[in-house]
Amino acid sequence: MVSKSSNKLEKSDKLIKLSLLMIALSAVSVLAIITIFIFEQGLPIMFKYGLKHFLLGQDWYPSEKSFGLLPMIIGSLMVTFGALIIGVPLGLASAIFLTEFSSRRVARFLKPVIELLAGIPSVVYGFIGLMFLVPFIREKFGGPGLSVLAASVILGIMILPTVISITIDSIRAVPDSYREGSIALGATKWQTVKMVVLPAARSGIIAGIILGMGRAIGETMAVIMVAGNAADIPGSLLAPVRTLTSNIALEMAYASGEHREALFATGVILFVIIMILNTVANMTSARQRKRGSGR
Amino acid sequence: MKDGLNHDGKDFVKRKPLFSFLASDLNHKNSEIEPGLKKGRQIFRKFNQSSLSFFEFFSLGQLSTFKISPFFLSLLILILVFFPSCQSKKSNTTEIIVAGSTSVQPFADKWSELFMEKRPGVVVNVQGGGSSAGIMAVKTGAAHIGMSSRELKEDEQDLHQFEVARDGLAIIVHPSNPVEDLTIEQVKGIFSGDITNWKTLNGRDKAITVVVREEGSGTRGAFQEMVMGKTRISKRAIVQDSNGTVREIVSRDPNSIGFISLGLVNEKVKAISLNGVRPTEENILKKQYRLVRPFLFLTREEPTGLAKEFIIFVLSDEIQSLLPKEGLIAVKKVG
Repeated sequence: MVSKSSNKLEKSDKLIKLSLLMIALSAVSVLAIITIFIFEQGLPIMFKYGLKHFLLGQDWYPSEKSFGLLPMIIGSLMVTFGALIIGVPLGLASAIFLTEFSSRRVARFLKPVIELLAGIPSVVYGFIGLMFLVPFIREKFGGPGLSVLAASVILGIMILPTVISITIDSIRAVPDSYREGSIALGATKWQTVKMVVLPAARSGIIAGIILGMGRAIGETMAVIMVAGNAADIPGSLLAPVRTLTSNIALEMAYASGEHREALFATGVILFVIIMILNTVANMTSARQRKRGSGR
Repeated sequence: MKDGLNHDGKDFVKRKPLFSFLASDLNHKNSEIEPGLKKGRQIFRKFNQSSLSFFEFFSLGQLSTFKISPFFLSLLILILVFFPSCQSKKSNTTEIIVAGSTSVQPFADKWSELFMEKRPGVVVNVQGGGSSAGIMAVKTGAAHIGMSSRELKEDEQDLHQFEVARDGLAIIVHPSNPVEDLTIEQVKGIFSGDITNWKTLNGRDKAITVVVREEGSGTRGAFQEMVMGKTRISKRAIVQDSNGTVREIVSRDPNSIGFISLGLVNEKVKAISLNGVRPTEENILKKQYRLVRPFLFLTREEPTGLAKEFIIFVLSDEIQSLLPKEGLIAVKKVG
């Protein structure tokens, strides 16, 4: 009797294990399918015209068989790093304030509010950017307003919740004994944060920045609305810019034939860039962690 | 969906149905399709047309390998019982293929949907490919109706043509812009990037912000063809992906210039006249305003059967009265 029921339990246990494995695999297989699909659609045309044509060509005129993606590659990188320059200091400062300096009540109110930022649809960010930020830039700084600057600011705000919440988590994970030890040694609160808490939380903070960067480089809708989308290497922060993602989204609707394949090739390049960025970032954070634990 | 800026509902051009890219992908494979593909295409077409057929999609056995819970199963059965219309289309389908200009395609898609609503059991299959491809397709018999957004050349005149709509292009600027009139050459100079300041055009001393549509759009294609010719549109130009967003940006930037479908011009922007001719419906009917192209339906012989019905339907008051809302200009019956 007992052995029978335990047998049954074992069986159902196995079943659950198996089904969970299937589900986990299906999630991974989706990634595999996407990768295969993009490469299968995008690679043939890249080989036909040559990698150099895509990576170094400066003219994007698909109707004339000219598929230079360099302006979009540079555009994506500029906008992403612009977003990091705006978003990371703001995000770090907010996270440090909320964890180390503010009263618990303020933090309890502010953190959900910041997380709410993440719930705002990107089209709303784009719309607000178009309504307020773009005219502001046009009037105060000149140019068309739709620009690298506008896209960077909007993206910088969009990555804030990611950067802030992960930074908060990693700062909270630093044991209080570190802080107490530092203060006991006579350090001020700020010195403690700067020299003890932040270095200890570094790998988590870097992870937050990586995730923010991923969001910035992948964001499409808001960027299309405020960046101007000119397929030209921007000469200044006030010039319009087109990113790889917006190149795909802008032109997919009517593209056919080689134009469509070239958009998939854009996807391939975006994929590779994101892989490179992620790997580099993961490697640096892993090295940091290693060094941190070594000390 | 894509642009939150179109307030007026005239943007169905952009609003391709879900999975339409899959359907069009399959559509490229001409009329001699293996039965399996054809079935797949029909499934996708139906999948596009109504949300109800969504369930039909699932009932076709794609998911039969999965364990279906009794609840889901009974739900399926209920659906099959209550929506028998979903199943009826499979047998004995009458189908016509309409192929050609990608500028006409989105409109033709809409018309075919309305037509199929009226005539259940009939499939009007709209495909792209471009005007020239459409003309070839109807010549070789690969399509029943060809679509062209340009006038026929001399060696193409043996086809029967029906002008179903006209599409005008307006060059628009901010209402406060003092420039009222430009020559075609000046417009060409602005969009190619040779003219960069309004001062040269007797306007303010301000840099010109050029706003254009994205590569592949029919409006851009028409502009390229009718104004630019072989000259490239400047790559420094700002690119937007709908008529609505181009208009929105021009209405906000005092120094900008753009082009949109004539039917979408409103009081927030100013349509300038070309070589002294104002872009009005009158001037278009008098053939004085140059930036107009016809939307043609073509058949090899005098149209019969379903093709004839569809052409008559598109020329009917019901559809023609819809055209201005879609940014097109209605026509009287031709041919």
